[in-house]
Amino acid sequence: MKYLKFLLPLAIFLVLVGFLMRGLSLDPREVPSPLINKPAPAFALAGLEKPDTTFKRDDMLGKVWLLNVFASWCVACREEHPLLVEFSRMKMLPIYGLNYKDERIAGMKWLASFGNPYEASLYDHDGRVGIDYGVYGVPESFLIDAKGVIRYKQIGPFTPESIETKLIPLVQQLKKEAGI
Amino acid sequence: MTPTLRVIAAWLAALFLVIGLSAANANEAAPAVADPVLEARMLAITAELRCLVCQNQTIADSHADLAIDLRQQVRELLQKGMTDQQITDYMTERYGDFVLYRPPFKSTTVLLWVGPGVLLVLGLLGLVLVLRRRSRMPEDRFDAEEPEGPQDQAPAA
Repeated sequence: MKYLKFLLPLAIFLVLVGFLMRGLSLDPREVPSPLINKPAPAFALAGLEKPDTTFKRDDMLGKVWLLNVFASWCVACREEHPLLVEFSRMKMLPIYGLNYKDERIAGMKWLASFGNPYEASLYDHDGRVGIDYGVYGVPESFLIDAKGVIRYKQIGPFTPESIETKLIPLVQQLKKEAGI
Repeated sequence: MTPTLRVIAAWLAALFLVIGLSAANANEAAPAVADPVLEARMLAITAELRCLVCQNQTIADSHADLAIDLRQQVRELLQKGMTDQQITDYMTERYGDFVLYRPPFKSTTVLLWVGPGVLLVLGLLGLVLVLRRRSRMPEDRFDAEEPEGPQDQAPAA
């Protein structure tokens, strides 16, 4: 009982330190998306390079695919882009680009100079599709399964580690689920 | 009129013309707030929503591109006749409860809402227990220590 007077504040202090330590390793900028395990929002967008072709969400049904949001004005995209180009060479799944709030010419030039990992790029000039997908910090990527359900969202650029440890195993799992 | 005066008069006339024209243009820019009622509703809704880019600002306050787009989106949704609740739902469907400055009461937020109240009750309970125990102590427990602790007394005025 006598020691309680000293031990109790110490215990409370240690619990507090524990919480604060945990807080250091959390990233407040990473907002969990409510779209995980929900059907990907529908869209119908013109292509970036081919303005007269339309891409719809339902065109992708039956495929496991990655939607990567990028823009020529986005600095972090430049960091991520070589990794995507390299990843696309593995031909694990089709990658589609969502050219977010960009100018057509700038987006095309950007792809021409940094490489084009995309099956096709969709041109979201006014950012409406971006809003539907809850995009708030480019680059972002959505991994969508064969049923059209979003299974994973990467906020911010992929790193070699996150591609290796998160993306690739998940793609393999989703392809197995779909029997591809 | 001397030639110099005439030149000055011409310049003044040109100046007034330019001012007049820019004033006319300023009037043309007004439709940005064509519907003050709608704008007020939009601001009331977005003042409750957190901007995801600058996370400590509301969407109403922020100058981030996304916030500007979302304000426009809210205007359009209001024009379509959506209610405030429907618009708030529209935002949480996309960005999660994180966008709400007033988080909803549910299983994951119980600690957030109830925590302060529970702490207050626990504190009061502790205080009552300590006071009751002290009131049951004999008087001399307090008197005996008093001469040793003059620093606890209020300073003389």
